[in-house]
Amino acid sequence: MTLATIWEHLYMVLAALLIAVMLGIPLGIVSYIYPSSRKVILRVVDVIQTTPALALLGIIMVFVGAGKPTVIAGLTLYSLLPIVRNTELGLRQVSPHIKEAAIGIGMSRFYRLVRVELPLAVPVMFAGLRIAAVNAVGTAVFAAYVGGGGIGSFINTGILRRDMGMILAGTGALVIIAVVFDFGMGFLEGRLARRTSA
Amino acid sequence: MAALLDRIPLLQSILIHLGYVISSVPLGFFMGVFLGILLSRIPKLSKLILPLLSIFNTIPGIVFIGILFLYTGMRPITVIIALSVYATFPVLKNTYAGLMDVDRQYIDAAKGCGMSTVQRLTQVELPLAMPTIIGGLRLSTVYTVSWAVLAAMIGQGGLGDYVYRGVSSNNNTLILTGAIPAAILAYALGSLVDWLQKLAVPRGLRKGGGNH
Repeated sequence: MTLATIWEHLYMVLAALLIAVMLGIPLGIVSYIYPSSRKVILRVVDVIQTTPALALLGIIMVFVGAGKPTVIAGLTLYSLLPIVRNTELGLRQVSPHIKEAAIGIGMSRFYRLVRVELPLAVPVMFAGLRIAAVNAVGTAVFAAYVGGGGIGSFINTGILRRDMGMILAGTGALVIIAVVFDFGMGFLEGRLARRTSA
Repeated sequence: MAALLDRIPLLQSILIHLGYVISSVPLGFFMGVFLGILLSRIPKLSKLILPLLSIFNTIPGIVFIGILFLYTGMRPITVIIALSVYATFPVLKNTYAGLMDVDRQYIDAAKGCGMSTVQRLTQVELPLAMPTIIGGLRLSTVYTVSWAVLAAMIGQGGLGDYVYRGVSSNNNTLILTGAIPAAILAYALGSLVDWLQKLAVPRGLRKGGGNH
């Protein structure tokens, strides 16, 4: 397994997370500001999450064709649920006293959102991103079946050749990446939480 | 014409797929609840065991099936073992979390009533933790439908067959023939468990019933 394989894997995960953040945070904000849209938005991202990974990738592949774009699109859709849900939850959990104080000093809706509510929601939002990241590392293995490459292809070759060393090396790399993401982001999450609670 | 011929094998694949789910999820559920209860009795050790389990859990299902099949061969049992093990995790985690979340006051009250440890567990703690446990069951069920697609990887049928053949021959109809029923199966079973979850909320805790 070369560094290129690992980078290929990380590239798909990071690209998907970036797009998921750009889509998911606005969706979370919309479902917070318009509570009537909340059920619909959360239901839709929940349905996407429920779709089996290989089935989702297969359906996307029909439209996009084999390759990395299909994998990135699939991982993006999978990452939406934790990001949207936690953005909405984080905004809703901001203490009513603080929201009232912001209204009291005459802040507009937009100002309240940007200067008060969003900064206070960051730790919860970040927790959602962490869940999405760890899941995406594992799900990206399916890239092997839709021509995306990455560690999944390496493992798959190992399985086809019945080469235990290859399978274990690939799995080890995956587990290490997932654990690094989990612990690294968990550490940041703790620091963010301390900053906003101070 | 081809669609007509395909119809019966498709039904067969759906049943095989469903069969994997129905045999693995209950196995995983009981193992998960059992191990979750055990872990909740030793909270100190669990602080060590649970992170290890969640690291193990990051190993994707494909790898696990891939390794297992080198030992147990291309048989349906390989799929069922792998799926059961994976179905265990979410239930185990939620059983543990649900039991640990039970308010101290209820346990003390149960002790005060003279309940034995077993009675406390089965009549107080488990019912209170049940909504959380069923939440884990939902995750397990949906994941299992998803992972049963991998059965095709070792030639054990199910809806994954269509997806694999379609992907490798670039046949979109074949991909969708497998993917759409698999997705519908996941939604249907997910909703079934949602409905179970509503039933699992103890009567005293349902909407309007304050607990303090």
